[in-house]
Amino acid sequence: MPRPGFVLDVDRSTPPILFHHGETLRLERLPAGRSRVLYPGEPLEALDDPDAAIRLALDNPLGDSAPLRALLTPGMKLTICFDDISLPLPPMRRPDVRQRVIEAVLDLAAAAGVDDVHLIAALALHRRMTEAELRHAVGDRVYDAFAPDGLLYNHDAEDPDNLLFIGETKHGEEVEINKRAAESDLIVYVNINLVSMDGGWKSTATGLSSYKSLRHHHNVATMLKSRSFMDRHKSELHSSNWRMGEVLKNSGIKVFQIETTLNNDTFGTSGPMSVLQKREWEWTARDRASFVGMKAGLDRLPVKARRKIFNSWQAPYGITSVQAGEVEAVHEVTTANVFKQQLVEIQGQTDILTMGLPYICPYNVHSIMNPILVMCLGLGYFFNMYRGNPLVREGGVLIMSHPTPWEFHPVHHPSYIDFFEQVLADTTNPLEIEAKYEKQYAEDEWYRHLYRTSHAYHGVHPFYMWYWGSHALSHLGKVIIVGGEARSVRRLGFTPASTLNDALEMAADVVGRDGTITHLHNPPIVMADVV
Amino acid sequence: MKALVFSRQPAKFAAAMVAGRLRPGGGARVGPLSLRDIEPPALPGPGWLRVRPRLAGICGSDLATIDGTSSRWFEPIVSFPFTPGHEVVGDLDDGTRVAVVPVLSCVTRGFSPACPACAAGRINHCERIAFGDVEPGLQSGFCESTGGGWSTVMVAHESQLVRLPPDLTDEAAVLVEPAACAVHAASRVDNDNIALIGSGTLGLLTIAALRAARPQAVIIATAKYPHQRELATTLGATTVVDPGELDRAVRARSGTMRLDNGQLGGGIATVVDCVGSASSIAQALRITAPGGTIHAVGMPGVTTVDLTPLWQREIALQGAYAYERADFDGAIELVATLDLGRLVSATYPLHRYEQAIAHAAHAGSRGAVKIAFDLRSERERDTI
Repeated sequence: MPRPGFVLDVDRSTPPILFHHGETLRLERLPAGRSRVLYPGEPLEALDDPDAAIRLALDNPLGDSAPLRALLTPGMKLTICFDDISLPLPPMRRPDVRQRVIEAVLDLAAAAGVDDVHLIAALALHRRMTEAELRHAVGDRVYDAFAPDGLLYNHDAEDPDNLLFIGETKHGEEVEINKRAAESDLIVYVNINLVSMDGGWKSTATGLSSYKSLRHHHNVATMLKSRSFMDRHKSELHSSNWRMGEVLKNSGIKVFQIETTLNNDTFGTSGPMSVLQKREWEWTARDRASFVGMKAGLDRLPVKARRKIFNSWQAPYGITSVQAGEVEAVHEVTTANVFKQQLVEIQGQTDILTMGLPYICPYNVHSIMNPILVMCLGLGYFFNMYRGNPLVREGGVLIMSHPTPWEFHPVHHPSYIDFFEQVLADTTNPLEIEAKYEKQYAEDEWYRHLYRTSHAYHGVHPFYMWYWGSHALSHLGKVIIVGGEARSVRRLGFTPASTLNDALEMAADVVGRDGTITHLHNPPIVMADVV
Repeated sequence: MKALVFSRQPAKFAAAMVAGRLRPGGGARVGPLSLRDIEPPALPGPGWLRVRPRLAGICGSDLATIDGTSSRWFEPIVSFPFTPGHEVVGDLDDGTRVAVVPVLSCVTRGFSPACPACAAGRINHCERIAFGDVEPGLQSGFCESTGGGWSTVMVAHESQLVRLPPDLTDEAAVLVEPAACAVHAASRVDNDNIALIGSGTLGLLTIAALRAARPQAVIIATAKYPHQRELATTLGATTVVDPGELDRAVRARSGTMRLDNGQLGGGIATVVDCVGSASSIAQALRITAPGGTIHAVGMPGVTTVDLTPLWQREIALQGAYAYERADFDGAIELVATLDLGRLVSATYPLHRYEQAIAHAAHAGSRGAVKIAFDLRSERERDTI
């Protein structure tokens, strides 16, 4: 029986706590008497037979939907859309859950005589997936059956011929999605709900849309009104997507949503990485030796080699649930299943929130975690891993640990480089950035070209990364990065510190010497239910 | 009188070249510049007056001369020994405070009629800077006959004198001459899309002049140091980036395509190079759009640069030397309006010239902009 997540009060006997630090790791001793650590739950039991669970879900849909086999008819146009490379993190070992679901859907389609089938990676403004990445997601059999004929491809949010304007929400939000999907008799969306932000109408309304549509919810005002964007019912990001979903529904577009959840088995239960998901005081002598050896080895390696090692890691996640049917009904159950794994109750807010940022975030799979992504992971994703109230109080301090190198992947993140060099050199204020620079980057022909023909994130993408942190920026009194490259940290508008102790000294200037500290022990993923 | 004198001494000149290469400004210690007691310069003729400098700036061209990195182009248009200092605010014998227009044009040299350029008001294009009543010298501060601002007395022709408003501080006034260069350079620009390389004194002043002349212009400027970045922004740059970030900034601003090696498909219409080094000219060539213009405002020297883009993109390389007389009116207004006296970061007495030169040569890294000599408290100043 897996143990749930919990909160540890740090005392003098508490061993040093693990902090992820990019492509390496740190052990930090937290001050006794005023610190606590929020631990994730242990991995939930995985489904014994995921393929059977998938078939069961397809035949027993939730909400107002017929079973999938009843929706499939000869001569129909079927489009299967699936989440892109940003999910899950790290990538999962083969077979990927998308492959399992897509194969099950295709089996049903074949049985029903459906022969007009397209498969689309719903990547919105993310980078195009490579062949290897697509193969990993959908499996070789599916890839070889569809890709050579041009029936399996990446969504192109800048292809005017393959976008269809559907209408506007009552708030005037334009809804435009992939034309092939919109004109299909049925869209089957295959999702991986890694965190509670994913899924629901966000899958289609965001994943298959264009800048014209996305700008209505990927903006600063929306982010400031999302408390947090991990809590669907308090998230303006989701409200907007749900309104767009309404427009899609009313236009006659039919979506059969298949959502899946994974457990917290990120680093496995054996092997050198397994120590990363154990609680420190339970480390055995072998664990400690394994950690010391791994850290010493990593610290000696050049960063490229370290990155290669981490990027090659594939998680042995177990699939914990599969839901299918009508979008909203499916998503309610999915979210509950995500919370079952990730949500941990914690009493009250803290003055200082600490976190160790790992090597990966949704936008640097097989890539480099550049400084903008460091900001986004810390102030966007991790800060927002709460329900109720933010884990850190208003005016409190966020301390993140990450090397934050002034380094960018030239192919994946070209507009990030310009954003970092020019936009952040001018201002770090999200509203100012949005007003002054967004349009220029969003409409830049070179970025468009690279997004469409290379493997670059869209020109506007770094703006969204910055907006993702806008709630945190307005909430926090100070942000400190431990062990980060000083000039990068300063460019972000944050304060560099050499050690955690230095950072805590700096934090004391803001919250006083006795400020309470909470460490978010993530990954594996944990979400705070702050009561 | 006391004066810093630059003599023709080949051995010392060679030593200055070596020292200057090792450490900018190093030529002051070992080169042909020395502090001496000399006779004040004689008045070359009618219309010439004595000027007792109050402040005299140290310019990039002075530093190049001291470190022996100037082009040999100047050899026939300077005369030795000379007292440097062409950025001058001083007093006439009657107490009138003036700035000096240092260009030694036909009028100052006694030519009548003047050459076609001078006749047209373009004194910076004068054809006779090595002839006439005074020794060769493109400007005061490079001419044996006139002396220069790094002394207690120099001479200037009445046509070179600009009366200063009483409320203009000496610090602001000493920036009138470089500001006139900036005003002149800005007047040559005919486009609102501008990249400007270098935020030293000349770069900052040119940003200010461009902003005054072209309120709608987009000016992307480079700055190496935080204080330069702040000043560039204050004085009117739209965007300020590190020098290594300029190519990307221009690409982002112009929305042009970028090739695999970083080369741009297009670029920006106007580049103003306020540095004049091989790398700044090369960078200017990389970022200038086809059919665009590079304005060379910073004094270049002998450089090696790949001119292929100049040819392939039909880029115009346009010099911007000095000024016309009217540019001084614009310069006075500019320094007064923007309180540019604040750019004078430090002043030195003449006897500390080695430190002054070293400070000027490392102004950026030492958080400074303009370094000047302060002659106001030289003891002999009131007795000559």
